[in-house]
Amino acid sequence: MNGATRVPGTLTSAWLIARKDLAIEFRTRTAFLSALVFAVLALCIFYFTWDESIITAADRAPGVLWVVLAFSALLGLQRSFAIEDHDRGIDALLVSPISREALYIGKAIGNVIFLGAIELVAIPALALFYNLHFGRAMLIVCLIVLLAMIGIVAIGTLFSAMAVNTRLAELLLPMLSLPFFVPVLMDAAQASVRVLAGAPMSTVWPWLKILIAFDIVFIVACTLAFPFTLEE
Amino acid sequence: MTTAPLRGAEQSAPPHFQPTSARQVKPALDWLFAVAVLAVAGLYVRALAFTPPDALQGMAQKIYYIHIAAWLSAYLAVAITALMSIVYLWLHDDRADRLAEACAEVALIFLTVGLCTGSIWGHRIWGAWWVWWDMRLTLTLFLWFVVAAYLVLRGAIEEPAMRARYSAVLGILAALLIPFIHLSVYMFSARLHPMPVALQPGAPKMSPQMLVTFLSSFVVFMLLDIAFIRARYRIGVLRELAAAAEADGGEGR
Repeated sequence: MNGATRVPGTLTSAWLIARKDLAIEFRTRTAFLSALVFAVLALCIFYFTWDESIITAADRAPGVLWVVLAFSALLGLQRSFAIEDHDRGIDALLVSPISREALYIGKAIGNVIFLGAIELVAIPALALFYNLHFGRAMLIVCLIVLLAMIGIVAIGTLFSAMAVNTRLAELLLPMLSLPFFVPVLMDAAQASVRVLAGAPMSTVWPWLKILIAFDIVFIVACTLAFPFTLEE
Repeated sequence: MTTAPLRGAEQSAPPHFQPTSARQVKPALDWLFAVAVLAVAGLYVRALAFTPPDALQGMAQKIYYIHIAAWLSAYLAVAITALMSIVYLWLHDDRADRLAEACAEVALIFLTVGLCTGSIWGHRIWGAWWVWWDMRLTLTLFLWFVVAAYLVLRGAIEEPAMRARYSAVLGILAALLIPFIHLSVYMFSARLHPMPVALQPGAPKMSPQMLVTFLSSFVVFMLLDIAFIRARYRIGVLRELAAAAEADGGEGR
């Protein structure tokens, strides 16, 4: 069995998948640029949807952040499996000696990095446009964003794989995903409102605990469910 | 010539789906459905004519006899959908999938009835058509969205085996989602409103007549729930037969 090729482990193959997706994205940059422009544009538009004299910019910043995060995530997630549908790239992935769980984890890692790159621009843009102070509070907000992103991507990656095989495709992904984003967005928004208002961590922590529990439950559940969404 | 499409169905049905014989084809609406509808009619005659109005809420309280019973029916149907999703992924039995579909559709109807009646009652008693701080109201609204998404997903997939797998996955994930929404909404409402003050029986001690009507509304709605689910299940069977017969006719042409 000397000539046999070594089958990479789950995490190694997951990383290979993520790298492949990111390489495609890096070469074309279409999804990234459109999602990024969408995010910053939405930040600017939301500025004008409230009366400045009633609610200050700093008070509405967290709400705007979470709406923008959810919808720019959908743009990236949509693409995650749509790129495999062209020329049936998914078939090649399925015949490769990579476990289906690794395929899911790889796709999810790719999506987290994609979304993280958007947030890397969107959060400073939010701080700039809404006059937030950089400091310890912003660091905690970034941590909350990371936790929320993991939950959103865990769910969204699975639904992206499902939606691409249906007749409605782009329309179905938001409809399936948004109800699942509800607890993530609610917890994350409540936590970040408190952090930015300077409330003690003891009031923030209960929300973070639900967020962490959500991430764990749905990473496990979606990894287990993913093989069922592929054609047998 | 009534047997011709059925024989065709057996031939062209994919191996995954059990062939359905003529014996299994039953009418969607039968005695159980008739009994349930009559029981509902009887319940409202009793609720409106032979049960006293509430001392504080007046006639608005009558809505309890449909509202809470509709909730219970909806929750029962949703629970069966989640359970049948697990059963399907485990046993790959298409009867489980058909039952899950039937229950989801019935659940959506009862959830809609519950939301509408609750809103009407809220307008009268709370003075608002909608309040976000009420935990159960908000939770149920999101449950409605999840069930609606489930049915849209089913409608968007042609291939029966894939539709069954996908909807089972969604059914199970939705069952995991509900506790998280519940917890988040609970904490969210706890901030503004210590306890849900309105959505509990208006009079802690109901008069005996009211209590009997109230409890019988549960029984009647459970019956209606089961009758609806059974009817919808049978419609599902008929649809599959029709689809199989159509596919067979297309091939034969």
